[in-house]
Amino acid sequence: MRTLGSGDIIYIIMAVRWTLLLSLVAFLGGALGGALVALARTGEYKWLRVASAGYIKVFQGTPLLMQLFLAFFVPGLFGWSVDPWTAAALGLSLHASAFLGEIWRGALEVVPRGQWEAATSLGLRYWPKMVLVLAPQAVRIAIPPTIGFLVQLIKGTSLASIIGFVELTRAAQIINNATFRPFTIFALVALMYYVICRPLSAYSKRMEQKLLVAAR
Amino acid sequence: MSYEFDFADVFAAWPELLQGLLNSLVLSALAMAIGMVVSVAGALGKTSGPKWLVRIIDEYIELIRNTPFLIQIFMIYFGLPSLGLKFSSNGAALLALVVNVGAYGIEIIRAGIESIQKGQIEAGKSLGMRPLQIFRYIILKPAIQAIYPSLTSQFILLMLNTSVCSAIAASELTAVAGDIQSRTFRSFEVYFIVTCMYLGLSVFFWSVFAGIERAFLRKPTR
Repeated sequence: MRTLGSGDIIYIIMAVRWTLLLSLVAFLGGALGGALVALARTGEYKWLRVASAGYIKVFQGTPLLMQLFLAFFVPGLFGWSVDPWTAAALGLSLHASAFLGEIWRGALEVVPRGQWEAATSLGLRYWPKMVLVLAPQAVRIAIPPTIGFLVQLIKGTSLASIIGFVELTRAAQIINNATFRPFTIFALVALMYYVICRPLSAYSKRMEQKLLVAAR
Repeated sequence: MSYEFDFADVFAAWPELLQGLLNSLVLSALAMAIGMVVSVAGALGKTSGPKWLVRIIDEYIELIRNTPFLIQIFMIYFGLPSLGLKFSSNGAALLALVVNVGAYGIEIIRAGIESIQKGQIEAGKSLGMRPLQIFRYIILKPAIQAIYPSLTSQFILLMLNTSVCSAIAASELTAVAGDIQSRTFRSFEVYFIVTCMYLGLSVFFWSVFAGIERAFLRKPTR
């Protein structure tokens, strides 16, 4: 056992870049997957609607930790061994796809049906209708819950420490194992998550209130 | 695909898995029950307490909502003993779940309290309803209708969150999965079965909660 030095503190603080990078990759992956899920969920084909609804339920009905474990072990079945970084990025992206898909489906469905019909009667096909008419109206509604989910996702990256990816939480555990100053170390890490997440939460809440006022 | 599935070792451990499932359920139910007491107290403090109390409750809510649950567990299990507060791993898990669900529950209960409108109570009085009728039909039922969906989904989130308690070796389903895995090396099989068990629990509670809502909490249609 050794004492907690400034080098240790810097090591923990620097590990935040892996938390941020993992959050960013998972959010981008989730945005891509989520867009597909939302389109499938609101689309014309019944089998796509059923499949995407099932996908959402499976991810909403199981713990994120289990999803990460399976993202780690399932590729092994096909003979691909993945490192913790790939497994965490994959698991969190699939997780985010389900939640963002559900949020964006809701936002798309709030846009009045008449908008869709008006666009159809103007002779617009599916993609121009989606991109030019529906999406711009849905985005406004979707922003607050999307940012709210981003906070969940950033907090969720801490579970990547359990499958062995060294981000903020794992870095803290490593330093704690060597120096055994758990109170100081975990308080510092909690503060770091708080500094990242609090402004996002506040922004999401403010935007939501703005929308409520606008809807009145 | 050359992998050979072997579920035999996992199925052989079914008494352990069942015990883990029960422990997870007991942990979730206890945490929800105690968490509701915290939530009601916090919501009353927020709606009718002095200003300093409201600020403390707000800070508690923000602190918990903006930090990972895993860090909250570590803080309670590893951090608090250095202040002289020691917990068993199950005790720490329960405390962490209560502290966590309280931060979400307070806002839900507060929304329920604020959904009751004074004019409605006066309308009830002018219709000649007795105090007990007013409480049952004008205060309690609409308040429960208002909070029921958020409260039940909060319970499911809490139940899924109990899996994180395996990080401090609390005795619940995910920890059992870890034990079986380290004994049999059948990682995929164990986690697949346990994931299905969690999904089964979620589906079960989703349908029970929806059934209760249909039977007792249907809103009158216009």
